[in-house]
Amino acid sequence: MHKSERIWLTVSFGVLVLFLLIAGYQTFVLAMGPPSHVETIDPQKVDQTPPFDKPGINKIGDNEYEVVMTLQAFQFNPTNLEIPAGAKVTFKLTSKDVVHGFEIAKTNINAMVMPGQIQQISHTFDKPGKYLVLCNEYCGGGHQFMSTAITVK
Amino acid sequence: MELALNKTQVLRQKSMKVLGAKVQDAQLSLTYIAVSFATLLLGGIFGLLQGLDRSGIMPLPSWLNYYQVLTAHGILMLLVFTTTFVIGYIYAGLSHVYGGILPQVRRMAWIGFGLMVVGVAIVVTTVAMGDASVLYTFYPPLAASPYFYIGLVLVVLGLWSVSAGVFINYHYWRKTHRGQPTPLFAFFAMGIFVLWFFASIPLMIELVTLIPWSMGIVPTVNVMLNRTFFWTFGHTVVNVWYFVAVSAWYVAVPKIIGGKIFSDKLARVVVILLVILNLPGGFHHQIVDPAISTGVKYLHAFMSMSVAFPSLMTCFAMFAVFERVGRKNGGKGLLGWYKKLPWGDVRFLAPMIAMIAFIPGGAGGIINTSNQMDQVIHNTLWVVGHFHLTVAMTAVLTFFGICYWLIPYLTGRVLTPAMNKVGVIQTIVWTFGMTLMSGSQHWVGLLGDPRRTAYTTYNGSEVAASWDPYELVMGIGAIFLLTAVIIQVCAVYHMMFRSPKGNTEFPIAEADDIATTPMWLERWGLWILLMLLDIGMAYAVPVVDFIVNAPPGSPPIRTW
Repeated sequence: MHKSERIWLTVSFGVLVLFLLIAGYQTFVLAMGPPSHVETIDPQKVDQTPPFDKPGINKIGDNEYEVVMTLQAFQFNPTNLEIPAGAKVTFKLTSKDVVHGFEIAKTNINAMVMPGQIQQISHTFDKPGKYLVLCNEYCGGGHQFMSTAITVK
Repeated sequence: MELALNKTQVLRQKSMKVLGAKVQDAQLSLTYIAVSFATLLLGGIFGLLQGLDRSGIMPLPSWLNYYQVLTAHGILMLLVFTTTFVIGYIYAGLSHVYGGILPQVRRMAWIGFGLMVVGVAIVVTTVAMGDASVLYTFYPPLAASPYFYIGLVLVVLGLWSVSAGVFINYHYWRKTHRGQPTPLFAFFAMGIFVLWFFASIPLMIELVTLIPWSMGIVPTVNVMLNRTFFWTFGHTVVNVWYFVAVSAWYVAVPKIIGGKIFSDKLARVVVILLVILNLPGGFHHQIVDPAISTGVKYLHAFMSMSVAFPSLMTCFAMFAVFERVGRKNGGKGLLGWYKKLPWGDVRFLAPMIAMIAFIPGGAGGIINTSNQMDQVIHNTLWVVGHFHLTVAMTAVLTFFGICYWLIPYLTGRVLTPAMNKVGVIQTIVWTFGMTLMSGSQHWVGLLGDPRRTAYTTYNGSEVAASWDPYELVMGIGAIFLLTAVIIQVCAVYHMMFRSPKGNTEFPIAEADDIATTPMWLERWGLWILLMLLDIGMAYAVPVVDFIVNAPPGSPPIRTW
């Protein structure tokens, strides 16, 4: 192996390892890992299974909210949420039919929502404004109409 | 009967005069390549329609659905165009380095061709009838017509027949050339088809599961499991195209520019690493899925990232070749050598731009496969920008570059200076169009614009309106791209039927260190075993988990 080749490969290997160490630190120490909730549900009985029998927004602590939401072609339920600024919100999500995506534009909220699985993701909305919530996984002919809004006041 | 026999003989003699390489092998490769470029044209038209609709430049007619067009574009480009081109190219190369392929192997390639043609015809019919608007990924529980999955099964069987042909001929060559390393091109072919074959097994399992389910015989399906099976294949197949491009970079490009292979040994190690490390890569498509623990996801980020290593080796080897050639041609100073490379030669220009495009393309791939960063861009247009940069720039632009020597070689014609100029123009138009389109897709993806979505204003949302200018640039890029496709298809036609007669060689560069290439590198049994171990490490835990802790399954659902 040539000397310059060895340098190139050592440096690139080093950069990759460093990168993974940073990613690992963020994931396990800072708890910045991607949404990975593990909990199942019968996708054909979502309406009868708590908490999804009563979708909605619940205050669960000081400045802390929980949003229980179902996704189905081509709507979110509940829609048009209102949240006070600075509150931490945990979304509990499941699908009643096909695979959907849950994305809030201009935030890092981005998760897949599968039939049969419960997904969970949290975010603190610091800036007031109207946030666009949309489905970012193709779910059928009206997929582009599947959206709602969150107003942070 | 006799008359018919005579006719075939006359036809054969005629084609003997017409075709340059081994006639029957050339016919096979040319058939595959002709189908490939006919598909490219069709898929390109669908691509433009899609770009124009999404950007709001020109809405689709009422009888065409955006998702139908998207499904057709994806399937034609990703499954048909690339597959047929790769098989045509690999079989042509094998015929050249082996001095002709075995008759039974040729027959298997024809059987594969027949299966694929019938399969694709069935798939395209179901899509055209509106019975399969399920996109390239066909995630259950979206349920297409059972014929859609049956068509895909035939395509995979066709691929298996072609793969078996490659394995049989490799084995035969080894048996008849004891103690010699196989030609590097054949070694690449082996790696490419091993990867392709093993990646298609999970896909086959998924398809076989979905057929009775979509017919209503089996009531429900395991969604997570099938999604994982899909991506084991869906991502690896993308790497197969990249792998094919890499084979041309190592083997053909140095010869074209008047250089030598940097190191035969290094090239073979890259092949082996690409085979062993590739399959776990599919998992990063599921980074923001539920039901998979953070630990497993992190392990996967690690495993998919490892595939960057052989790419970095390739980067070194290729640029080392360029520097040597540039210096030999009188290039001075630290970077002066790049001026001495044959930039006006399309056979060099196209793969060179393809390699350069892979620098940002590969960097984007690292972002997609990273735990945290993927969350920002998952399922946005960034991803679409990324794979157009890697597949359509890196792989396909290399394929285009290959055409300018492969087709003349197969037809016994030559590349004229005029055709070379057409190729240079084509390369520039394609690069320009792709830069516009992929660039704006990357950027607007960062702003949150979702992929796989028809034109929409999201009820007049302000955020969505801010995406419009980028979508417009994307649409303009698509216009340039279809223009480039048309030029390319015309060039292919011209080189097949109109270019002047003459001899064109299949460029195979030499390596200085071929004599020291150790024979143990040829032990495919060992590499396949290591690959299976790697797959086991990656998939055993999540797959068992998906099966053991499965929720009640999902029935077939049609939402379009």
